[in-house]
Amino acid sequence: MSALRQAQDRPLLELRDLNVWIGESHVLHGVSCEIEEGGVTALLGRNGAGKTTTLKGILGMLRRTGRVSLAGTPIERMRTDRIVNLGVAYVPEDREVFSELTVEENLRLAERGARQLQYDVVYELFPEMKTRARQRAGTLSGGQQQMLAIARVLLNRDNRILLVDEPTKGLSPLMLRNVVDSLERAASLVTMLLVEQNLPVANRLAKRAIVLDQGRVGYRGSVAELIENPDLARTHLGLAKGRA
Amino acid sequence: MSTIALLVITGLGLGSLYFLVASGLSLIWGLMRVLNFAHGAIFTVAAYAGWVVASNAGSDAGVAWAAGLIAATLCGGALAFLLEVLLIRPLYARPIGQVLVTVGAALALVALMIGIFGGTAVQLNMPTWMSNTTTILGASIPNTNLFSTAVALVVLALLLVFLRRTRYGLIVRAGVENRSMVQALGIDVGRAFTIVFTIGGIAAGLAGYLAATYFGFIDPERGTSMLIFAFIVVVVGRLGSMSGTAIAAAGVALLQQFLNFYSAPGVGDFSVVLLLALALLLRPQRAYES
Repeated sequence: MSALRQAQDRPLLELRDLNVWIGESHVLHGVSCEIEEGGVTALLGRNGAGKTTTLKGILGMLRRTGRVSLAGTPIERMRTDRIVNLGVAYVPEDREVFSELTVEENLRLAERGARQLQYDVVYELFPEMKTRARQRAGTLSGGQQQMLAIARVLLNRDNRILLVDEPTKGLSPLMLRNVVDSLERAASLVTMLLVEQNLPVANRLAKRAIVLDQGRVGYRGSVAELIENPDLARTHLGLAKGRA
Repeated sequence: MSTIALLVITGLGLGSLYFLVASGLSLIWGLMRVLNFAHGAIFTVAAYAGWVVASNAGSDAGVAWAAGLIAATLCGGALAFLLEVLLIRPLYARPIGQVLVTVGAALALVALMIGIFGGTAVQLNMPTWMSNTTTILGASIPNTNLFSTAVALVVLALLLVFLRRTRYGLIVRAGVENRSMVQALGIDVGRAFTIVFTIGGIAAGLAGYLAATYFGFIDPERGTSMLIFAFIVVVVGRLGSMSGTAIAAAGVALLQQFLNFYSAPGVGDFSVVLLLALALLLRPQRAYES
């Protein structure tokens, strides 16, 4: 088999026996899973199941053991900034835009190299980021801040995968629709691992799902199967029959 | 009127020294969360380095003094760079270790200066203009005051340009707000730390030599006492904000000058410490906020 073929056969992101701690608390217990290139994989689970911890563990923001590979390249010993520069971009829970900086400065900060930038794509997806360029990010609404957080990572053309953490949390229905539309268009550009509590949103965006249960992988399969099978949804997500 | 002019302008001269020391401290604490107790020692070592160069730079007092100024500034930057790379960087994840290592470095460097230069003050030779006075609103103002204030204003302008117009300035402003998110955007925060620490050292070195010019001599304990007032300025001003630091430095120094003059000597110094206590009591988050 050629080296090219081997590279093509590899999953884009591979976790093997990943253990992650928050301080002294052991949160992830030997998580192993694979994220295929293209499309959206939803990372689901109840509150406290370890979804955000998984993303931070991939990025090296928390103490971890085990193996993490990006297209076959081990990244588990790398610093966060080096991992991001390999193309693992992160949209954190609660947006975490820099509230004292303007929208334009938030975007400039995320630039990773002049030749890789795609302001045209960002402004097409999020026209408000252009019209509000001089506005302080802290004065934007929650939905606009979420768009800025997504725009910030889409700016770089060389992303391999976006790790997106609960992008619809706390949004009004109108803003939620806008953000989901934007994510859908973003997903056509780059692979996405999406943490989402809102199951209909996960169902709309993702084909594949990984469900975490108390820091362990409880389910791997299609989102549709998870939703259509009330027993699966109840077992792994704690949903009552009929809610999914 | 002339007394008030004298107190205001000399107060601003003293405030300019506080600002130069506090600006570096504020940036370092704001971005790196490192309480750098060695900052005063950098001030002292740089002042002595400037004095050594000035004393051996020939007979022209102006040239010698300027050579000393450049040497002190470079020495402050180089010493801060080495401290960050060799002592602070290995301890990023251990804040208590950082405090201990900067306290240790401060004690060791001051002891080293006493060992080399003795415990008594050494006099700095200055150009004639610097030893003279200028009459403003009827008050004879020492030119050293005017010079220190002018230098502090230039440094303030340069720092504002750095923070607002450069990429590293942008990183520092963002890092003061949310350091881990800066890293999560793929930015090597460690490099920004080194740059900020070095800039802080340059300002402290400059302050050390200007303080020697302001007071006319250098002594090994000056840096420590300056550091205490600079900490007060950092807490009273807003962390990471150069304008806030400049206003706080001027306010602290003016309060000190006026109270020391119009009440018993020492009341001004005491009142400044009281101001710190009040700031911490009324807004305790000032000491920790990003």
